[in-house]
Amino acid sequence: MTAERAISQAIEADIREHQEHDEAGNSKFGFIVFLLSESVIFLSFFVGYAIFKTTTPTWYPPGVAGLETREPLINTIVLVSSSFVIYVAERYLHDKKLWGFRIFLLATMLMGAYFLFGQAVEWRGLPFNYQSGAFGSTFFLLTGFHGLHVLTGIVLQTLMLGRSFIPGNYDNGFFGVEATSLFWHFVDVIWIVLYILIYVWQ
Amino acid sequence: MANISIEAPEVVRGQPYPGAPDNWKRFFTFSTDHKVIGIQYIVTSFFFFLIGGLFAMIMRGELITPEADLVDRTVYNALFTMHGSVMLFFWTFPVLVGLGNYLVPLMIGARDMAFPRLNAVSFWMIPVAGILMMSSFLVPGGPSQSGWWAYPPVSLQNPTGNLINGQVLWILSVAISGVSSIMGAVNFVTTIFRMRAPGMTWFRTPAFVWAVLGAQLIQLYGLPALTGGAIMLLLDLTIGTSFFAPERGGNPVLYQHFFWFYSHPAVYVMVLPVFGIFSEVLPVHARKPLFGYRVIAASSLVITVISSAVWVHHMFASATPGWMRMFFMVTTMLVAIPSGIKVFGWVATVWGGKIRFTTPMLFALGGISNWLFAGITGIFLGSVPIDLHVHNTYFVVGHFHYVLYGAIVMGIYAGIYHWFPKMTGRMYYEGLGKLHFALTYIGTALIFLPMHPLGLMGMPRRVASYDPEFAYWNVVASIGGFLLGLSTLPFILNMVSAWIRGEKAGNNPWRAYGLEWLTSSPPSVENYEATPVVVSGPYGYGKNEPLVANTPNPGLTEFPESFTQKPTS
Repeated sequence: MTAERAISQAIEADIREHQEHDEAGNSKFGFIVFLLSESVIFLSFFVGYAIFKTTTPTWYPPGVAGLETREPLINTIVLVSSSFVIYVAERYLHDKKLWGFRIFLLATMLMGAYFLFGQAVEWRGLPFNYQSGAFGSTFFLLTGFHGLHVLTGIVLQTLMLGRSFIPGNYDNGFFGVEATSLFWHFVDVIWIVLYILIYVWQ
Repeated sequence: MANISIEAPEVVRGQPYPGAPDNWKRFFTFSTDHKVIGIQYIVTSFFFFLIGGLFAMIMRGELITPEADLVDRTVYNALFTMHGSVMLFFWTFPVLVGLGNYLVPLMIGARDMAFPRLNAVSFWMIPVAGILMMSSFLVPGGPSQSGWWAYPPVSLQNPTGNLINGQVLWILSVAISGVSSIMGAVNFVTTIFRMRAPGMTWFRTPAFVWAVLGAQLIQLYGLPALTGGAIMLLLDLTIGTSFFAPERGGNPVLYQHFFWFYSHPAVYVMVLPVFGIFSEVLPVHARKPLFGYRVIAASSLVITVISSAVWVHHMFASATPGWMRMFFMVTTMLVAIPSGIKVFGWVATVWGGKIRFTTPMLFALGGISNWLFAGITGIFLGSVPIDLHVHNTYFVVGHFHYVLYGAIVMGIYAGIYHWFPKMTGRMYYEGLGKLHFALTYIGTALIFLPMHPLGLMGMPRRVASYDPEFAYWNVVASIGGFLLGLSTLPFILNMVSAWIRGEKAGNNPWRAYGLEWLTSSPPSVENYEATPVVVSGPYGYGKNEPLVANTPNPGLTEFPESFTQKPTS
């Protein structure tokens, strides 16, 4: 056993420890890669929407002049502010204050649920459906696909809330919460683009 | 020396660990070992290769006479649809993911992929999706008949009126394989970015790993677009939305954009790892460093970028505006440059080398020659005036089969033969391998070369019957097709018998230079007993410089001296 081998084994023990401890780092990297890839689905829907809107001869179905923007704007404000609320929740968890985390996470979930409720009310009141030409189809596709993501986010938050009641669950890092929060920000940003595309650009 | 190479693996096997190399049952379990998953991918996809090949041979049997006499026309439509879908989604993609899965962690000195469980889930989705696609033979109306690209409005016709029809099953199956690919891509990219061994900088990373990275990045940016298009197609087909149905105010050409935005780069998803295999196999069997390694490595990522903006060359005949035709013609020509750089590098690698004509080397050289030919007809097709003439003819079929069979399948064979001793610890039979190569190379030329004159004469693709003036070349092509079918027999015989009772190969039968050859054959569960510390770049043939600073597997002693740094004290 030479000195060199001893040194290299020491280095490598170091590295191994580093690699094993960095599993959360890998997960976070992988999750961001996944979100970037996921955003391409939305991007392709957005591009599809823009192409449909600019090339379809009769965009709105007969009897439809445009979309109501007031309630969706309230919805937007609620959803976008919930991004700040979940950030606060994450800070509380970072400081090991579990109850603060739980309360703010619950608030995020309620705001997300309010958004979905508002979306459902809007859908019910619309004078067209998903079969009403390219406009109806793309409108329901975009809002519906985004709504599914909001629902997924709420389910993830519920899981994270539940896990906070397992003693010591978040003592050694909380990648799950970080991922949930990242996902929620992602859903928000998508909604802002979507709102501009569908409601502002009429 | 020979004694040691037989003894050495026994030392490693003496240690009890779950799923020792002799334990074949682990291939039927939810294993999270990247090596088991890699072999699972390769073997499973080879079964689908045989199924897709059977479809192809029935089609060639049909085309041996000008009349539609062997199978019904609708059956013929279903056959070419299933042939294309199975060959792409269940053979070429998964087998290359399998090779990548097996080799990438070994080549970068990692113990496994970044997310082993995700890896296993990605694999098990492949047989599920494949069986789902096969099950479309059992539903009323049979499988999809709209080709592997499923263009609306053809793909939106539902003559049986059932909710579960061949087209719906096709979309679901492709969607499952897409989810599997995305998960695999996240795994590969994370592994390659974050788990390279200490000292393995980007320009010490083997060209194969670069190529896999380039391919998987394409999956990440391209596949979601196809997923988006497939969701819209599925909704059109099942609940009557109007995205692509022209009679309901939809835009069928938009689907073509969604489809080709992914499916053209998908060609590079398949061909880039094969480029990587060429770059690994040639230096070993020519005993020379890879010529222009840095440029070859970086050109993989250049291809990744440029291939994102070439897709409209599939749609020159789809009422595409003139400016778009011009733009995409230029980008298509551009993407030939990095591919040409690679071919140049390979030729220069072989030039003046001490070439050993082993089976993997033969397949690599044959694959490169076919790739060169396919690249030239690709330039033909990329230029608008020629493409408008030969669009939808057999010229196109000949071109892309030269890419997919001539270059990619031969590259896959090269990779399988080259790393077979590493995967199994045993050597394949060289004679059978050479027979396999001869049959494959001659068969490829016989079947796919005649398709070019046929296309120039104007024979349309996807037809069960044709004008008798095309008969001569079709008979030649059919003979080639059956020859290719025959060529799989020596391969299967070789692989199975060598795996069971081939000669023990030792850990580094090729005297190759690379991290994967620094461990036992087959490697133990965590690949290396100690993490290798890399001190120089790959392909150090003739340079006499060490690759690693430590001995990752202290039990193994038969490596060339130059592999590890000699102790100084």
